[in-house]
This record gives sequence, structure tokens and C-alpha cells, in this order.
Amino acid sequence: MAKPPLPVEELERVYGPTLNYTPPGGWTQSAHHAADRLVKTHCCFCGQQCGIQLRVRENEVVGFEPWDEFPFNRGMLCPKGVKRYLQGSHPDRLLDPLVRTETGFRRASWDEALEATSSGLRQIQEKYGRDSVAVLGGASLISEKSYLLGKFARLALGTRHIDYNGRLCMVSAGTAYKLALGVDRNPNPWADIPEAQVVIVAGSNVAECFPITTDYLWRMRDNGGKLIVVDPRRTPITRNADLYLPVKPGMDTALFSGILHVILREELEKREFIQNHTTGFEAVAEYVKEWDPRRTAEMTGVPPESIEKAARWFGGAERAMALHARGVEHHSHGVENVLSIINLCLATGNIGRPGAGPNMITGQGNGQGGREHGQKCDQLPGQRHIDDPAAREYVAKVWGVEPDSLPRSGYSAVEILEAIHRGEIKGLLSICFNPLVSLPDAGYIREALNKLEFFCNIDFFLSETAHHADVVLAGSLQEEEEGIVCSGEGRVIKINKAIDPPGNARGDSRIIVDLAERLGKGEYFRFASTRDIFEELRVASKGGTADYSGITWERLEKEMGLYWPVPAEGHPGTPRFFEGGHFKHPDGKAHFLVADVKPGGDPLDESFPVHLTTGRVVSQFLSGTQTRRIGPLVDQIPEPFVEIHPELAARHSIANGDAVKVITRRAEVTLPAMVVRTIRPDTVFIPYHWPGAKSANRLTHRTLDPRSKIPEFKSSACRIERAGAAPGPNGKPAGQLKVLGAR
Amino acid sequence: MHGYEFYVDPSRCIGCQSCVNACAECGTHRGVSMIHLDFFDREWTTASTPMVCMHCENPTCAQACPADAIKKGEDGVVRSALKPRCIACSNCVLACPFGVPKVQIEMELMMKCDMCYDRTSVGLRPMCATVCPSQALMYVTPEEAARLRRDIPVNTFHFGNQEVRTKVFMYLPQGSQSLDVDVVSDMWRQE
Repeated sequence: MAKPPLPVEELERVYGPTLNYTPPGGWTQSAHHAADRLVKTHCCFCGQQCGIQLRVRENEVVGFEPWDEFPFNRGMLCPKGVKRYLQGSHPDRLLDPLVRTETGFRRASWDEALEATSSGLRQIQEKYGRDSVAVLGGASLISEKSYLLGKFARLALGTRHIDYNGRLCMVSAGTAYKLALGVDRNPNPWADIPEAQVVIVAGSNVAECFPITTDYLWRMRDNGGKLIVVDPRRTPITRNADLYLPVKPGMDTALFSGILHVILREELEKREFIQNHTTGFEAVAEYVKEWDPRRTAEMTGVPPESIEKAARWFGGAERAMALHARGVEHHSHGVENVLSIINLCLATGNIGRPGAGPNMITGQGNGQGGREHGQKCDQLPGQRHIDDPAAREYVAKVWGVEPDSLPRSGYSAVEILEAIHRGEIKGLLSICFNPLVSLPDAGYIREALNKLEFFCNIDFFLSETAHHADVVLAGSLQEEEEGIVCSGEGRVIKINKAIDPPGNARGDSRIIVDLAERLGKGEYFRFASTRDIFEELRVASKGGTADYSGITWERLEKEMGLYWPVPAEGHPGTPRFFEGGHFKHPDGKAHFLVADVKPGGDPLDESFPVHLTTGRVVSQFLSGTQTRRIGPLVDQIPEPFVEIHPELAARHSIANGDAVKVITRRAEVTLPAMVVRTIRPDTVFIPYHWPGAKSANRLTHRTLDPRSKIPEFKSSACRIERAGAAPGPNGKPAGQLKVLGAR
Repeated sequence: MHGYEFYVDPSRCIGCQSCVNACAECGTHRGVSMIHLDFFDREWTTASTPMVCMHCENPTCAQACPADAIKKGEDGVVRSALKPRCIACSNCVLACPFGVPKVQIEMELMMKCDMCYDRTSVGLRPMCATVCPSQALMYVTPEEAARLRRDIPVNTFHFGNQEVRTKVFMYLPQGSQSLDVDVVSDMWRQE
């Protein structure tokens, strides 16, 4: 049984989240500024991967200093980056392995904890078969750890089932780009954005989730470009939008079909490009014929004249870009939504040039790199497919095993939890993933975790998911191991080690290598350092789509990163894809694919007549395992809230600050209302970073996109009720909660 | 940093509070932020604006100070109140037309933005203007500012009959020469 050994409140009393406000030594000691050294590295949070310098004294990170020279952000940082250093020397930090007891957790030696883990996993595999154990990884891990984890699952455990929390990030985009363009990488460097004459930002709360991209968009406008924002909410980036399209949640494909309809009607498409560099245009042109502006307006809630204007601007520009993120991707038809954006760019010839192209804004720190080297359920290093015989043969040779010994494709992240729930998977090793907060239908996820016969979690803090663990292995923060990540641009960059893991905590890579040894597979894991892992990754990726063979750590530092593929030493890297209309399919062409408008998996009806959509706030990151422990970030937005338009609020007699019950087919959650005119009246929004009773993901549903396996976080059916001025935390009325900017 | 000027463009602000958080990291006032970040009316808009000290040529805060505790340096930067002199009377807080100074009650001291003179004196840009992700706060040379931006930087403000000239520039939409914030200045009144 993997139920938490104590009530959550008691675990939280010991393991946090505790709010850390001050650097080691406190503010008053001058020690704060007496750093021994500055370590140039990158932020541990989102896919922008801003350059930052950590101030280090002895073995503690005591502050930060902007890094002006790193070209992507030139010193700029969001509040998460500014306060990130407070996660170091944190009172909640796990300094020893923990083993579960009847009454909580007790500290254990590494020998005991590693032995309990290897024997726990082995016993389950002996009893139920190899695939009864699964591995969950994360897209915040450096690429060396991601690679190691994939190899560990396939060789040390021999299980098919390894997947990662990048499954909640941009997989719909990755799938669509692979289908249409032949490769899963963002096509343009960010430096292209200011060159564009028109930029569509679709389903991306840029200002809060990718703050540095704001500067690129504002510079595009300084250059005379136009900004079009597509979102059910007027997020802060909309304040300078030249055109705002308030799309109904889930209706993105309809909107982009309508825009393409007008482009074709006005003959703004680039015939020569279409003819020479693409296939499948006629079928798409035929499909969008029925999406005239009037019908599109009825389905999307976007006025016909706005659709016409967007089409004329985008179709009339020489250089246009379409940036998209989770808002279009988190749907059961997320792949279609992205395809409809790609079709728009292909039809107008906007691809493969400066300032022109579809671009995904990858969300997680190593969201791009973490999905390239074998951490995904269907993947081998170098972005190879695990069921491709040639890929199996090559990677098996690098690893020194027989190709037939490699497992085949396994389950994706949500499917792994579902297999646990139905009893097919009994054991779990998880790192860098907090599924209890981040996966949809949290009540169901909790039931699944409770059913595990053995669960080991590697983490630096005791996350809500780790409450369920039998063994917790005290792992490392990003600043405690050296390696590489690949940013959202496709730029591979160097993460430098600032300090050693504190106390008895250990580097994640060492923990995984030690587990492999105890599982009797040490001969395949003779890595003395993450550098050894990187050198093997280079070889394993060679000849693959994501070819890193020409990358060295030294080049990354000297050249401020390299865009993959880098197939040979001395190769300059590949900042921009598809130049000259050369695509990565065997036929060299881009493929138009019909994007069909489809309903969501949790349809609205009379009982549940309102869309619920979820997302992030600027001061928190993902499941909050780190950021809910950093005092100033918590103070900025301490609690989740429900954004409601005054029209909808009035129908339920809800005033700003009232407690509101949001009810879906799965659960109900009560939160304070934030009554604002910046959201569609048929939609409510809740940020998802919080656990327990305040968890937005108790409300969401598990419908997946059939191709990308991404959950449909961006549209659930709900209804709302006024729940009075119910007390918030600390007994304060909910209405007095400090919600950012609310009155 | 010689030749560099500080520019504020409220229309670029995304309300992320990076400046607020970064300001609190500065060596001279650790843990306390000197920046104001305001949301105008969150019901209607996400628009927000940062407010740093404008560093007036003739600082109203200093004029209003009964203890002569507020000094302007040769670099044009108006400093926080001098600790031995400040009596925490809040005259400056009330007098400043931009609403910048804050009295730190527990320290019995007025503190405000000093444009990070500890950083600029060693060749580092002010913390807020360095980290600001939207560059609503920017610290560059006037030539660079002219190259980067289309709008017009102004440093003359009218508050009723008071004209205030500042070291810090604020961007206004093209065609504006100064900012009148008093309703009266937009009214037609019979002589």
C-alpha cells in the first residue's frame, strides 16, 4: 500500500512547504554579498532558459547576478528567476534518504534506501513481469539525466513503460511538427521574432509563462510589426495587441480554418511555394471552404471582421510568424489545432526564413532536450523511434546489447497512472514529476498512487506525490550537477554546477547509476560523471534526427549554445530549419494535413454549461514543488482563484472575492472569485499550481489526444455556484485573500 | 555609468513584478523593494505600471524635508534620507508628486529608489532595468534609446502649476511633449 503514512497536514508540518525569504545567513549579515564566485548557468524553470549567474559562497547559493552577455535574455529575468536562488539552503531540503514507517518517514542510510528500492522493484518484476514496473521522468532534468533514465528503464529494469511530464507540455506540437514538417523542433531562433511583420500569438500567456518573449514581441512592434493575440483571456501581452481574437476554448482549429478560408478567397496564398515545396494542399483548401467567416464566428465567438482582418494581415505580410503554446496544444485535438496553424504558415509560404514560421513555445526547462534522448515512451536517443528496426540496431550497438533485448513502446504518462489504477503496473520509480498536482483528475491519480505496491521517488523536496512513497531518495537540484539542456529555441546550452548536493543528498545521476548496479546491470552504466554520460549521448544521438555528435561542453560555453543538429565537430549548428523550402520528410516536402474541427472530451451541457480552463501565473512554476517554497513568489500570488466575467458572476450573484464553488463531472473546488472583464463570459480560469482542496486538477478530465497523448487541460465542462464568504486559509474570509491586482 | 539614462515605458509593463523582486536584492536595502508596481483597475484590464524614483532636478521631497535629510548627488541621483537626520515625519511621502518615497516604520527612515548608484558606479545597470522582461524599465544611452524606440521620451511633467523636470525619462505616445496629470489642465474655464 502506498497511502501516505500520516495525514497531509502532519507531513507538511515536517516537510513543508515552508516559505523561505532570506539567503543563507540572512539579510543583515554582510555575508550576503561576500560571494566567493559567480557561476554562469541558466534558470532552472521554464523553456526560455535565461542565462543567470549564481552567487556562491562555500557550498551555498546566496544570491544571483544578471548575466548581460547571454544573448537570449541579455540580463532579463522573470520573478521566478530572480528568486530562484532561495530554493537552495532551504529548510525543507531533503538531506537524507527517507524510508516509510507506520508513523511517517525516517531517515535511512543510502545503503538501506537503495537496497530497499532495488529489491522492491525486482520483487515486483519477478512476481508480475518486467512491465509491471514503470518509470516517470521530467523535462526539468538535464539531458544527461534524461538519457540515463531512458537507458535505465530499458536496460536496468527492462520495462516498456517510461514517460515524463513533458507529456503535459508541448507533445501535441511535437507530434504535429513531425507529421507536417518531418521533425520535432521549433523552426526559428527567437532572434527572428523582431524581424516579423505580423506575429500571431495563439494560446500563450506569454507575459506570465514566457516573460522574456515579451521583449521580442515588443521589439517586433517597435519595428512596425503587428501583434495578433488568440486567447479566451486578455492576458497581459494583449495590452499592446493590434488585434485580439477571443476564441472559445477548444475552437482553435475552426478559427485558423476560417482565417485560411479568407486567405484563399483573397488569393493571398503563395502558389509557387505550395507547388514546389508541399503536398496535400488541395485537401486542406477543400476542407476550409466551408469555414467562411460567418460560420467560423458562430463556432469561435470571434467577429467575422476580426477573422477577415487577421487573414489579410497574415496573408499580406512578407514575413509572418505564429507562436503557440499550451492553449492550443492541451486539447484532445491538440495535434489538429497545431496542424491548422502550420497549414496557415505553409499556405502563405511563411516558413524557413527570418521572421517567418510556425513556432512552439516550449514550456519546461529542458522541454525540448528532455524529449530527444529516450525519456519518452516511444523513443530512443537522437529523437529515434523505438519501434524503428534501424534505430534499435544502432542504439543497441552503442549500449552493447542485442536489439531484441530492447523493450518496445510503452504507455504515456497518464496511461501509466491508468495502468497503475487498474492493477497492471504495481511498481513505480519517479523523478522530477509531481503527478498528484500536475496530472488531470487528481482524485483518480491519488487512488492510483494508493494502489502501488512499491513506489520510490527521487526528489529534493518531499512533493505531494512523494507523500505516497515507500522510499524517497534525496536527489539534487539543477545547480548541483553539470550538463546540458536544449531551450525552447532549439539551442543546446550548458548548465554549470554551482555547489555539491547538501548533507547526504546525492546527484540524481549517481543515484540512478547506483540503482542500475544493484539491479545487476552496472556493466552498462560505467559513468563516473555526467560528462561520461554526455559523451555516450553524443554517440547514441549520432545519425539521428537530434544529432548532438558535434557538440562539446566547451563549444557550448564558448559559443553561448548551439542549435541542433550539430552532426560534426566544427559544424556551426542549425539555428533555422527548412531554409530554401527543404523539409525533413523523405520526399523533402512539407505535408499539408487536414485539421478537422472536433469536439472536446468533456462536452458542455445544461448541467455543466461553462468552460473551465487552467494555466499558470507568473510567480509559480508547474506543480509548485519549488516555487511554493519561495516566500516572495508565494506572497505575489498566494492562492489560486477563479477568474469570472462580471456577466457570468452577476447571474450567480457573485461579487469579487466571494467564495465560488466550481463543479465538474469529477469534483468540486471552492476558491475566491476574481471578477474581471478580461475573460470570456462563458469561461472561467483557475491556475493549477496548488495541491489538495485548492487543486484545479481535481476538476480536469483524463481525455487524451489520441496521437500526442496530451491531456485536455484547457477545456472542462463546469458549473459555478456562490459559496458565500467562506473562510480562506488562516481563517480569513476568502474575499480578503490577496489576489494579484484584484480589488 | 556615464552617458546612460533611465527610461520608463508604462505601456510595455506586464505586471510580472520582476523589478519589485529584483530591487529587494540590492545591496543597500536588502530584502526591501523600493519599486511601486500598480495595477490600474484589474476588473477592466491587466494593464500595470512600474514607478521608480524620477530623480527630480529640484526634488520636492527635499524641499519638504524639515530635517534636511534628503540630498541629491552630483550625478543627479536623489538619495534615500540620511539616517542620522531623518525623523520619519513622512513629509516627503506626502509631498512627492509621483508618490515614490516610503517610510520604513521599523527603521524610522525614509527609503526610496536610488537608481542603484552602488551598481552604476561600478559599471552595472540598475537591477530593475536589467531584469525587466518587457524593458518597460530601460537603462541605455540616449542614442540607443532613439534607435530602439519610436515613442518620445519626456522628462517634464506638470502638476497643476508646478513644473517638474526629472533625470528619469518616461515614454509618452508620439506627439506628446510633456505629461499633464491634473484634470484642470484639460478643462476649459471662463476667465
